Formats: sequence, C-alpha cells, structure tokens
Amino acid sequence: MSASIEITNVTKRYGALTVLSDISLAISAGEFIVFLGPSGCGKSTLLRMIAGLEDVTEGTISVDGVRVDTLPPGKRGVAMVFQSYALYPHMTVAQNMSFGLENIGVAKAEIEKRVRFAADTLEIAHLLDRKPQKLSGGQRQRVAIGRAIVKEPKAFLFDEPLSNLDAALRGRTRLELAQLHGRLGSTMVFVTHDQVEAMTLADRIVIMQDRRIEQIGTPMEVYRRPATRFVAAFVGSPAMNFIPIRDAVMNGDRLSIDTAGLGTVSVPLHLPPGFSPEGAELGIRAEDVSVAAAGAPGIALTAEVIERLGDRTLIYGHLEDGTKMTVEADGRNATRPGDRLTIVLDTSALHLFDKTGAAHHPEGD
Amino acid sequence: MAESYRRSHWKNGLFVLPYLSVFVVLLVFPLAWGVWLSLHKVDLFGPGRFVGLNNYVRVLADPVFLQALRNSVVFVAFSVPTLVVLGLFLALALNRTTRATSFFRGLFFSSSVLSVTIVTLIWRFVFIPGDGLMAVLFEQVGLPPIGFLSTSGWSLFSVGVATVWWCLGLPMMLFLAALQQIPSDLYEAAALDNASPLRVLTRITLPSIARTIMLVAIIQIVMQFQLFGQAQLMTNGGPNGTSRPLVMYIYEVGFVRWDVGKAAAASEILFLIILCAAMAQYVIATRKPEASE
Repeated sequence: MSASIEITNVTKRYGALTVLSDISLAISAGEFIVFLGPSGCGKSTLLRMIAGLEDVTEGTISVDGVRVDTLPPGKRGVAMVFQSYALYPHMTVAQNMSFGLENIGVAKAEIEKRVRFAADTLEIAHLLDRKPQKLSGGQRQRVAIGRAIVKEPKAFLFDEPLSNLDAALRGRTRLELAQLHGRLGSTMVFVTHDQVEAMTLADRIVIMQDRRIEQIGTPMEVYRRPATRFVAAFVGSPAMNFIPIRDAVMNGDRLSIDTAGLGTVSVPLHLPPGFSPEGAELGIRAEDVSVAAAGAPGIALTAEVIERLGDRTLIYGHLEDGTKMTVEADGRNATRPGDRLTIVLDTSALHLFDKTGAAHHPEGD
Repeated sequence: MAESYRRSHWKNGLFVLPYLSVFVVLLVFPLAWGVWLSLHKVDLFGPGRFVGLNNYVRVLADPVFLQALRNSVVFVAFSVPTLVVLGLFLALALNRTTRATSFFRGLFFSSSVLSVTIVTLIWRFVFIPGDGLMAVLFEQVGLPPIGFLSTSGWSLFSVGVATVWWCLGLPMMLFLAALQQIPSDLYEAAALDNASPLRVLTRITLPSIARTIMLVAIIQIVMQFQLFGQAQLMTNGGPNGTSRPLVMYIYEVGFVRWDVGKAAAASEILFLIILCAAMAQYVIATRKPEASE
C-alpha cells in the first residue's frame, strides 16, 4: 500500500497569475517527503494538485506509473489530512472513518475491521461514538489521520496537519507520525512551513520558494550543503550569517576571499568558473563560529543581544564594519550586551554564494 | 463612582425611552386592548358590554370561521414546504460566485421587494380568464380553460402560487447564507472520500443547514398564517369563501360587519396559533448546536 509519485513539468496558473512553474519531482514508494517553504511558495497548491483538489494547468502527475491528474480526487488512491482536519461535524468518529469506505461499497465487516485497526493504532478506540465537537484538537487530529488510514491509500497527503496543535502536542504528534510512517511504510507527502517538522520527519525535503523548487535533498544535505542562498537562509535556526565579499582569488589550492568584515579568509574551495565577486557573499552558520579566549587571534565582535537557551547561548552582534553576525556559544557563556569578543570561524564550514544565489561548498564536507 | 452611578441611574432609562414608548403604544397597548375587546360586545360607536368568553364561543361556532381556519391551515401546509424546498433548491443552484449566479440571486430576490398590490396585479394577468397568460396558453394547446380565480380549490392554489413567487427571496437568501457557512474543506474531504453528489447533499450539506431549514420553515409558518392581501385582491376570498384566510375573516367581521368583539376573539385565536409557532422558533434558535441532532 505504498506507491511512487511522479510529478512532471507541472505548472499551475490562475488566469495570468502563475503559482507553480515547471515543477518536476519523483517520490519513491514508501518515502516520507516534506514540502518546505514560506507562505505563498506554492507548496500547498502542489499537494492539492496531487490530491486532485486543484487542476493541473500543464504537465502530468502519476501515481505508480498511472497518470492521475485527469482523475477525480477519489479515484487517485490517495488520502489527505487537512490543516483544519475537515471532520464531518454531524457524524461520529466511527462514521467519519467509514464514510469513504461506504462510498466505494466496502463490505461492512471489512469496514469495521479497518476502523478498529486504525482506532487501535491511534489509541482512539474509546472515542468512536463521539462527535468531532466533543474532541480535543489532538483527538481530532488523530481521527483525521485515522480517516486516512482506513482507506489504505497508496499515499498519504498531509497539509500542515500540526499547525493547529499547541507546542507540546505538536512535538508528540510529530514523533508519532514518524512512528506511523515506520509502521505503515506508506508514501507520505507532508506540507509545512516549520523547518523542525521538515528536518525531523523527512526522508527528503523539497524546499520551495517563489513558485519553484529550490532544492531536493535529505535533511542533512539541505542543512549542510544548501543549494542556494535562500535554502541556506531558510533552513536552520538561528539563520545563517552572510558576509559580503570584496574579492576572491585562488591561492594554491585554497580560495583567498577578501571581506570587509572578516578581513581575508582562506577557504578550501576552487574558484567556480565565471565567478564574479560582485554581489557574492560568504555564509557561515552560528554553530561554526566560536568564541575564542580573550587575547587570542581572531575577529572582533561587539555583542548586542544575548539569547540564553539553557544548553547554548546565542550571541547576536556586529563586526567592526557593521556586518551582523550570530555566534553560538556554550550554555554557561557569560557574555553581556556591549561586550567585545574575539571569534574564530571554522573555514571548512564556509559557503560561498554568488550573485545569483547559487552555492559553492568546500570539498569533502 | 458607585454614587454617581446610582444618581444617574434613572437617566439611563432615557436612552430606552424612545423604543419603549413605541413598543408600549404600538404593541403592548394594542395587545391588551385586543384582549379587552375580545371579552366585550363592542361596535366601535359606544362603550362595550362585558360578555366574558361569549365572543370566543361565537367565533368557534361560526362555520365561516372554521372554513377560514381550514383554508389558512391548508394554505400553510402547502405553501411552507414549497417555499422551503424551492428556496433550498435555488440556494443550492446559486451557491457559487459567478456573474450569472449573482444576477439570478438578485432576480429571484427582486420579487420580495414588490408590494402586494403589484404582485397580485402581475398574477391576475396570469390567471385572469379570457386574456390571462394561462388562458391563452390553455387555448393554444387546446385544453379547456380553468377558472383559476373563480373555481373552488383552484382559487386558493392560485393565491398560493402568487405567494410563493412573492416570498421565495427570503428563504433563498437565508439558505444561501447558511450554505456559505459550510467550510469548503468538508466538500474537499468528501471528494477524496468518493462521495456521490447525493451522499454529499444528504450527509454533509443538509445536516449542516438543518437549523436554518427549521428556522425558515417556522418564519414562513408565522408569515403565511397572516395571508391577507393576495387573497383579498386576487379572489376576494371566493368562490364561496373557499380561499378566505383567517385574517380576511377577521377583517370582514371587524370592519365590514363591525362586530369588533368577535373579530378580536378570532384575532386572539390566530395570535395563539402564531405564538406557538414563534415559540417553537425561539426554542430551536436558542438550542445549543450539540442538541441539534
């Protein structure tokens, strides 16, 4: 009960407005794929196109090699969990779960068996006779997932299903979703704007921005080797630091980069062909910047805001030329706003972004 | 603070006074006066004489009243379901936002703003013998003409047709408002659940607007029991009183035969009937959503 999904050259237009432009994506059977992106990037539209709730303007969508974009939603073999859960308010939990099966004429005994199985899996067996309005948010969520499970779909589609839950419940449900995926082994497509959900749940993340796919990769690929400046800035908290560069020249097998804020840094990187330093930036994550002992050689940073997270401390400050820089320090770090610190960069973790936003990473990372 | 509040207390009443005076003069006083009248033998020209429940006995023993009561009940029993079903049908058909549906919504509602005189005039053109639309149509297809306004049975039916045409706008609008409250993702979930249009209608749409259906039905019961103008102008209650509704009976007894006490007694009976319907509406409208099924 898991299937591959093939999205080929899909474009979506509303009149003159293009919301998705030439999207191609292959999802393997059993994979957990997360569409991640800011509001309005088209990720929900893409999911709804797979479900059949939106028409495809151009291109094709296939499930298990069968073209489905011309089929009605119910005939595509997919089940969807809505952000609002969309439970039928006048039906009990059991009726909500069996409605779809009754519609396609599944035998009563079989329906009962599947509802019982889903209810047991999700621990909602005691709620079967209740109506949705008598349930808490978390319980409704489970019913919505149960309604998908009973259909034994080829793929599950989740449209921001955790966004209506409180933080604690969101964390727990995230974990349970991961377990559910492990148990069912089904193909799951999950839309979110929450990078923690994406990082923790996904086999592969599809990062979307401005009608296009920016990068497709495993969570660590996306985090460690972002394909574009947008991905680098969007994934990771705190956001990556960006330092404008003045010039870059090869010096032996290392690239020597001249910046206003950091002076000259040497990066184990080959100068990309046709590279122009104009508009290019260096990127480095806060965790790859560390505070050096006082008096040690390094770069001067003036602290502005300190966030103490317990296990670590985030120091937001600026370099001498005014470039903003975030540094991650130990939880016991005692820096106060206004302090001047010396920082050291892990040059092997530097990323180079050219004017178009394309990224170049050091070798071997 | 508390002191100034107490001092200004009576002044607060000034804000309610305009409405209160209208309410007392136009509602409470006539209501009380109506009850007083119904217990007296009055002819509007002299002081009344207390007769107890005699007026009620006379009304209930009057075959003309019983006929009018029967007419009103029959009229309500047929016009209200028609209004509910047609209104719902129109609302379902027009529940989308295109230029055409906006136009038709306006069109179907437009009859509601006409006065009863215009409405009856229009429908007299349709039903009048000889030159009326129906007469011409019947002649064209070679059927014997029907006296829509002058045949017992048909006359009340004709009044009903005009009434439904006139009153359809409000039920349609109320149903449209209710339909638009249904979240669209329920329909999307149903589409993914392979629900047929009929299943969507019976399992999602109708349960979601059940309360509005009840509300519309009761509003219409209250309104249609007050039928008067259409009957008066189209058939004048005829033939033989077969299309005379209760309000017309009250009018005739009170203002044609000047038996004001008897008319008041009949009014109180109609008032009780409508009160029951209104109470039912209140109970249903204030019922909690959980209890609605």
